[in-house]
Formats: sequence, C-alpha cells, structure tokens
Amino acid sequence: MKKILGIFILLVSICVITTIMNPNFLNPFNVHNTLRWIGLFGVIGIGVSFVIISSGIDLSIGSVIALTGALLVQLLTAYNFSVPMALFTCMGLSLVIGVVHGLLITKLKLKPFIVTLCGLLIYRSLARLATDDQSIGFGNEYEGLRVLALGSVPLPGGYSIPFPFIIFLVLSIIAMILLNKTLYGRYLLALGRNEEAVRFSGINADRIVLISYVICSLMGGLAGILFTLDLNSVQPASSGNFYELYAIAAAVLGGCSLRGGEGSIIGVMIGTAILRVLTNSITLLHIPDYLEFAIIGIVILIGVSTDEVVRKYVSSKKVKA
Amino acid sequence: MSESSVLLRATGLTKQFPGTLALDNVSMELHQQEILAVMGENGAGKSTFMKILAGIYQADSGTIELEGQGITLNSIRNAQDHGIALIHQELNLADNLDVTANLFLGQEDHAWGWINQSSLYLKAIDLLKRLNIDIDPTTRVSDLSIGQQQLIEIAKAIAIDARILIMDEPTSSLTQHETEHLFTVINDLRERGMSIIYISHRLNEVVEIADRVVVLKDGQNAGDLPKDEINHDNMIRLMVGREMDDARHRSPLPPGEVILEINDLVTPAHPNHANSFKVCAGEVVGMAGLVGAGRTEVLESIFGVTPALSGSISIIDYDGPLHNANQAIDAGIGLVPEDRKLQGIILEMSIRDNLSLASMRDHQKNGFLNFPYEIENSAEQIKAMSIATPDDTKEVQLLSGGNQQKVVIGKWLATHPKLLLLDEPTRGIDVGAKGEIYTLIDKLAKQGVAILFVSSDMEEVLSLSDRVIVMHEGQITGKLTKSELSEEAVMRLATNATATV
Repeated sequence: MKKILGIFILLVSICVITTIMNPNFLNPFNVHNTLRWIGLFGVIGIGVSFVIISSGIDLSIGSVIALTGALLVQLLTAYNFSVPMALFTCMGLSLVIGVVHGLLITKLKLKPFIVTLCGLLIYRSLARLATDDQSIGFGNEYEGLRVLALGSVPLPGGYSIPFPFIIFLVLSIIAMILLNKTLYGRYLLALGRNEEAVRFSGINADRIVLISYVICSLMGGLAGILFTLDLNSVQPASSGNFYELYAIAAAVLGGCSLRGGEGSIIGVMIGTAILRVLTNSITLLHIPDYLEFAIIGIVILIGVSTDEVVRKYVSSKKVKA
Repeated sequence: MSESSVLLRATGLTKQFPGTLALDNVSMELHQQEILAVMGENGAGKSTFMKILAGIYQADSGTIELEGQGITLNSIRNAQDHGIALIHQELNLADNLDVTANLFLGQEDHAWGWINQSSLYLKAIDLLKRLNIDIDPTTRVSDLSIGQQQLIEIAKAIAIDARILIMDEPTSSLTQHETEHLFTVINDLRERGMSIIYISHRLNEVVEIADRVVVLKDGQNAGDLPKDEINHDNMIRLMVGREMDDARHRSPLPPGEVILEINDLVTPAHPNHANSFKVCAGEVVGMAGLVGAGRTEVLESIFGVTPALSGSISIIDYDGPLHNANQAIDAGIGLVPEDRKLQGIILEMSIRDNLSLASMRDHQKNGFLNFPYEIENSAEQIKAMSIATPDDTKEVQLLSGGNQQKVVIGKWLATHPKLLLLDEPTRGIDVGAKGEIYTLIDKLAKQGVAILFVSSDMEEVLSLSDRVIVMHEGQITGKLTKSELSEEAVMRLATNATATV
C-alpha cells in the first residue's frame, strides 16, 4: 500500500507541476485526450501484469495490436464480415495466440522471452502480409463502431470521460477481482513466487501460466481493435511498435516485480497514468520530443529505485530491531 | 607403520555449526601411500571433516600437520598449494569446455591473457597418458560418461601436483565397470606415491580398496580398523557404535485396514527396481536408507509430482486415476516435502494463505476464494499445531524453521488426509519443535491416519516407527517389524551388507 501511495504522489506531483507551468493541462480537451490514451494503454498494461506476476514476460503485444487492427480493417472493408463476426474473429485470433504462447512455455518449457520475441517478429510480418504492407483505414464508414473508441460520457464544465477509459476502468475492476478474490489469482500470485511449492500443493501450475498468456494476448487483441477504431488507420509496419514496452514499464512502475508473484492492478493503473501524463507534459511544456524517452526512462528508474531503497532501509531497520 | 611415514595428521578437530556440533575432537593420521577409508552414517561428520582438510571450512580448534609441520588451511587454494585436493561427490567440471580446458582451468599457460593452446594440449596428452586414461583431450566434457568425468577430476588434481587426494563418494553414480576402472586408477596412484582419503558408505568397496578404515560417529572418532580387520561386521559395529537408549516411547495401536497398497512401483530415478509395500490405517511406517537410496522418489511418485514409470498405487475408497498431485489430494494423500522452503511453503505469502493453499479448492465458491473458511482454517491449524505467531497475516518467512514446518503439516491436515507422507519431517528443526512434531504424528496415527515417513535420522526412525522399510539404491532390501528393529539391522539393510553378525 505504501508503494501505491508513493507512485500516486509521483502522479499528482507531475500533474501539479505541469498545471503550474502550463494551465492548459486542465483544459477539458486535454483532459479528455489524456484519459483516452490512459484507457488505451491501460488495457495492455493490465494484460501484461498477469504475465509478469506469473514471472513471465510478453514482448509480442505491439505486434498483436498491429495484427488484430489490420485484420479488423481487412475483414470489414475487404471481406464484408459483419461487425460482430469481425470482432469475434479478431478476439479469437488473440486467444489462439495466447494459447500457443502458453503451450510453448509450459509444455515445451521454452523461455517466455524467446517465445514472445519470436511472436513479436512473426505477427508484425503477418500484419504487413495481411495488408499488402499498405496503410489502411475505415475511411468514413463504421462511424457507429468507432464510437466504442471515440465516444464519451459528458460531464459538467465541458469535461467528458472517453469510452476507452471507461472500458479500462471496467476491465481493471474485473482484473482486481480476478487477482484478489479468486482461486486463480491466489494460485497465480503463489506460483510467481514459488512454482515448485504450488506444484507440491496439487495445483495445476501449467494451466495457471497458460491462462495468464491468454489474458495478455486477449488484452492485446482488444487494444488492437480500440487503437484502430480510434486512429482510423493501421500502418502495418509501425502501428503498436514498442507498445509492449510501455505496458511492461507501466506494470513495473506500478509495483509488479519481474521476479514474479507481486503486483497490484491499482498500481498498474497509476503506472499507466504516470507514463501518459508525462508524455502529455512533455508536449505541453514544449520540451523537445527527442527528450521524451529519456525523461520517461529517468522517471521509471526513480520510481523503481525509490522502492528498492525504501525496502532496503526498512529491512535494515528490521534487522536492528 | 612407523612414525616417519605419517603424511598428514589432524588432531582434535572441532567444528560447531549453529545448532549442531558437527565435529567433536576428531583426530586422524594419513600415511604415505595409503588408501584410507573414512566411514560413518549420514550426519556422522564425514563431509565436514573432509571440507576442513580441503580448506573449505576452518576448524574452531585442533591442529593439522603436514609431514610434521603445522599448517593452516584457510582456503581451497591454500590447501591445493599444500598438495591437498578434494573431489566432490557432485563433479565440478565445466561441461561446455573440452577436457584440456578443464584439466588446467585457472592454471593455463598464457601470455598477456592469450592462452597457449598447443602447449596445453601437449601437457594434457602427457598427463592422461601417465594416468593410463584413454580419453582424447579435445573431447567436450559433456560428451563423456560420468565415470570418465570422474577420471578427469582425478587428472585435474594431479595437474596441480596434489599429493593427497580426498574423494567423496566417488562411485555413487558409476556403473560396476566404471567403478573397477576407478579402483585401478586409484591403486595406480598409490603406487606412484600418492595418499588417498576415500569417503564411502559402501562396505564392499571399502573392503576391496582400503588399507585402513577410520569410522566417525556423531562427529566423534568411533574407531580405526587395520587392513586385516576390515570386514562388514566390524564396520557396522563401529558405525552403529553406542548403545541406543530405548526411545521407543510410542505405544502403537493394532493397525487398521490397508490404506495404501503399492505393487511393483518403478520410479524414474531407479528404472531397474520395482518395489511393493502396504501401509495401514493408524500405522507409522518409517523409510530408512542412505542418502540417494530412492526413498524421496517413492514418496513423490505416490503423490504424483514425479509420476512412476510403472506399477500400481491404490488407495482405499478411491477409484479415480492417480497421475498428478491434484488427483492425489482427491484420493486423500498429503505430502510434506523434503525441501521445506522450496517445495513446502511460499515464504513471502502469509501464514493464513499458506495454510489454505492445498484445501481452498475444496472450499471455493465458483472459483472465488472463501475468506471465512480461510480465517477459520487458519485459526484451527494454528491451534492444533501450536504454531507460535500472534498474527496469521504475517509472512511465513518470519517464522522459525520448526514453525514453518508446522505450517506445511497444517496445510495438509486441512485437507483431512487418509495418508500423510512426510519426507525428512524434522530436518533442520530444533529439539523442542521436533518433539512437538513427533507428538503430532503419534496423535494423527491414533486418529487413524496412515503415516509414511522418510528419515535419515536413525533415532527418529527407531523411535517413531511401528514398522521400517529399508531401501538401498532404489530397492527395498528389507522390512523390519517393531520387534526386529535395531540400528544394526537397519544399517545392515541400508548398506546391503550380506554377511551375518
């Protein structure tokens, strides 16, 4: 809980500093935009945190986003699929990808890093193949479907909450329940800490791990759909590039340990928010955008090392006591 | 032998570890060109003793003399400089490198960091030839058999000009043929002037190769045997040593119906041995044997974490399959594993969560955790096991070893097992907690639970068991009833000694 409080203070500080230096930060349009981006990136942050808690990693998310996005546009515009069928097919593909990752990792005992790195390469190429390596979009069609990403709930004062942010909140609540209130979540946390002890307690560890990869790929697929609807275009060679790293960064900033067995959904939510607000601040404060990655990198390092320093300090006090 | 032939003399070595006195005033002499066997039961202090001679541990008190000169051995390097080399039971070779690289690891001829490969190969060829070892020095170590790797370890010791070679259970993973070859090499080394300290608990091998035997018992000297007195009876007598104080305080009830029946069980670790036995309700059955006898493997196959290759396991009132731990729990089996911290508990999780880890599946509500059950179960087990903690939301790693073990046992009691398997239930636990665990096992047996436990602690086996199954290298070599039970009888079966007393 201390950790969550720490990153929450970090988030608030960034917001306050940015507002002081440029009051436009609180402008309704800017708030709407920032929330929309938090929602879109938050979806994959939640997905990857399940994998990270199992002590794995998923590097393929960005490519899954490009592939499902490309597939959605192609199915709707070139193959005349109905909207439900197209959505169903995209989610089905992500499910299959997650199952394949999970099986390779649990049954063939391949390292998650390798499996999902290969996925990153393969799905990227497939996305380019599916679109003939052309940038594609919906044009002026499917306005109704695009409301999923572009719609919003109006609030007084000109403010509004974008739909992707609401989707993100709903998924976060489901994820919190899954992680903290169900057998699955308990076993996942236990397994991330000590897989051997979980096996010796009669728990099917392989199935737990497999499901975590399925969750992650499904979230990637959903994000692919939302990003595509939002941007109305897919550039198969670049859409979603590096997004997995944003997701991993948000999860780690939010307190997921890459050693596994540790993580909270609220933390991941705050972690995602920090990254998006930071990007927004860099634009608002007219900081040259080539410094963006450096600033994000430094903030993540500060967030993560503060935690380690605090932990060391606490445990050294414990020893003395 | 004359005094002048004494090469190495250790006098009054004492080594205290937290909680145990590993060596208590142990003395030993090693003569020139002698093969000295050091024997003893598990935990007799053999390896501590050897590690002191090899410079890995330092004795708290006592002296070591080499050719009459007092020496201090404070590092492995230091011991090697005095010509003492230890070959560990688990071989320490870099198996991704070739034989030559391993032979001279850390001793390479080099100029400014550039290794002089050709000179090393020539030296390797010469060394292997001197030792009559027929191995190409360019072979990758991973392509060698275990026996050949053992020979490379010996050659490596010769390469650093060792005069005293200490070998810890060198034959434990060798075939009969490889063992014979090893003995030829060892005899050959002695002819060339080396002295060898040979640690083993295989009586036959010691009879064959040793010039003299030193026996340790509970960290003390139990006696020496000259060449002509080395035989099974004498060795067992010295290893068993003191009279056992009769600690058989349990008063077993007559056993009930058969809970577990095993027929021709074959475990992956010992594919050539099939074993059969039964355990009844209310019975406490001990499994004795030396380390590596295959006892843990039997427990793990019954529990399904390491499925058996063949054979049948049947549990009373259970007809389902038994291929994994989940099904084993369905059948009413619990396993308190050998490695508590790795397999038994999740150190960073709370006591409460650990206590419900195995039983929550039976109390879940459509996949959701049952928190009231969890709290109730935790309180119940903490009381039943008298786990010393004021707060069950504390992490298990904050508990003492004994209390951690109680958490593991409590986790299984929550599943109400018909058969409880315990692997080294009191290893690394202080005396007080040991007593509590014994009392608990006794209580469970009285409630009709069938208990099967593995232990390398002889007193524990003798005092706790109603019946003992003894294993030797994957095979059950005997079953002893309470009245037949004695330390000698167990050791005889555990070492598979054939001679009669």
